[in-house]
Amino acid sequence: MDLAENIQSMLDDFAFLGDWEERYMHVIDMGKQLESLPDALKVEANKVKGCVSQVWLITSYDADKNTLIFKGDSDAHIVKGLVAIVLEIYSQRSPLDITKMDAEPILNQLGLAEHLSPQRSNGLRAMIGRIQAEASARL
Amino acid sequence: MGFNVEDIRAQFPILSRKINDKPLAYLDNAASAQKPLAVINALKDQMGTSFANVHRGLHTMANETTEAYEGARTKVAKFLGAPKPDNIVFTRGATEALNLAAYGLAHTIEAGDEIILSQMEHHSNIVPWHFLRERKGAVLKFVPVLDNGELDLDALKSMLSSKTKIVSLVHMSNVLGTINPIADIAPWVKAVGAVFVVDGTQAAVHMPINVVDLGVDFFCMTGHKLYGPTGIGALYGNAEMLEILLPFNGGGEMIEDVFESHVTYNDPPHKFEAGTPPILEAIGLGAAIDWYSQFDPKDVHQHEMAVYYHALDGLRDINSFKLIGDAPNKGSVLSFNLEGAHAHDVAQILDKYGIAVRAGQHCTQPLMTRLGIHSTARASFGIYNTLDEAERLVAGVKKAAHFLS
Repeated sequence: MDLAENIQSMLDDFAFLGDWEERYMHVIDMGKQLESLPDALKVEANKVKGCVSQVWLITSYDADKNTLIFKGDSDAHIVKGLVAIVLEIYSQRSPLDITKMDAEPILNQLGLAEHLSPQRSNGLRAMIGRIQAEASARL
Repeated sequence: MGFNVEDIRAQFPILSRKINDKPLAYLDNAASAQKPLAVINALKDQMGTSFANVHRGLHTMANETTEAYEGARTKVAKFLGAPKPDNIVFTRGATEALNLAAYGLAHTIEAGDEIILSQMEHHSNIVPWHFLRERKGAVLKFVPVLDNGELDLDALKSMLSSKTKIVSLVHMSNVLGTINPIADIAPWVKAVGAVFVVDGTQAAVHMPINVVDLGVDFFCMTGHKLYGPTGIGALYGNAEMLEILLPFNGGGEMIEDVFESHVTYNDPPHKFEAGTPPILEAIGLGAAIDWYSQFDPKDVHQHEMAVYYHALDGLRDINSFKLIGDAPNKGSVLSFNLEGAHAHDVAQILDKYGIAVRAGQHCTQPLMTRLGIHSTARASFGIYNTLDEAERLVAGVKKAAHFLS
């Protein structure tokens, strides 16, 4: 599957970055640019389990376009940046496309997988797992 | 013996490790400390030269291992200033020691009896008492923590009454570093006839302990924060209290005789040590105490606080830096937050510079709630930390503040 334009553009942005400091700065910036969820939505039901910091994820379905729209947030900057990346990868795609999409090679290409502690990546995995479950339920 | 931090560091093989291509600065000692060669070799030697199960053995190695195991009990007793080795029950750690105290005292509690804890307790000194609330109808009361991280002693005094059956307090806070005046509190607790339990997990590592002078009934400690192995700790109990305490593990070793109709029990401390104990871990703890006891506790304290204040002075230059816990009497625990940043972010960035700190709630949710914060980053200094490491921490936190601002 060809990568969507927004994912390719994200990969291109990272390709210019050097050491981990620049990558982290960029991830943190992506998090800062991600619109925060209103406090009313930061409830237990929207919390992603298995993250050391708090992560929230909400899903809506656009029936006309047959796409799932994800929004997310975190109270930690680095994790919020990772949420932004995950949303770039998965949001506004059809349930079928989502179930076919493997985020791991993309995260590897971003040079982030190795920088994530196991607990953090578990959180990321939990987030992706939740997105995949939502998509499967729509198939 | 004189105090030379470079000589001490040379005895910890792990400290020469690189993390992310940077020299390791291990500042997570309040969570667990690294092990000197004396401890590593004690475990190796015991396993390599003489090992068997302890007690009632009739062969040479069983006797040797029993001597080493019981020798470790004697060392713990001496280290804590306990009158006799029999005052020391080996446990898996401080958590199990606190659970044993709570479980073993449950039969003395009736509905409505009060148990006094504080807002700065670790969950391991809260949850076992919640069991008594759930199962026995005990009422838990929490002594407030003042804004600077001190215990509100006036509040504690006013909470004590004839309804108070148990007071269980931390000696040194794992988050705030606050050292509570246990010896001053003990007579107040005795005056209402309550049992005084002290969580000495951090205190035992950072100051000389004498349980008799402190006037406590129970004192809990753990080995792995004292440069010893994991899986071993101790509950000190005075002789009278160990007679009242009921065991919570049944099995071999803890009995005198077993019949179909009833059981008679061994004497303390063996009554509380069912099954094969953590033999090697106990011997390792004994080795850690031997190793640690070569230093003057005053030298250790002075050194750790010099590193603490060196770090604190540098960190105070950072605008967004906020110290959590500023009690006048405190140990070398430096909890902090950067305004607008999450402690997890700070810890993760520090790790990239080879600096190990902890971030989160540190198993103290009621304290976080009291302070109105979600988490802290925590640097905790031990015997082998250096002024240079304090400077690296400051530089790393400055970087993190820059990234996260």
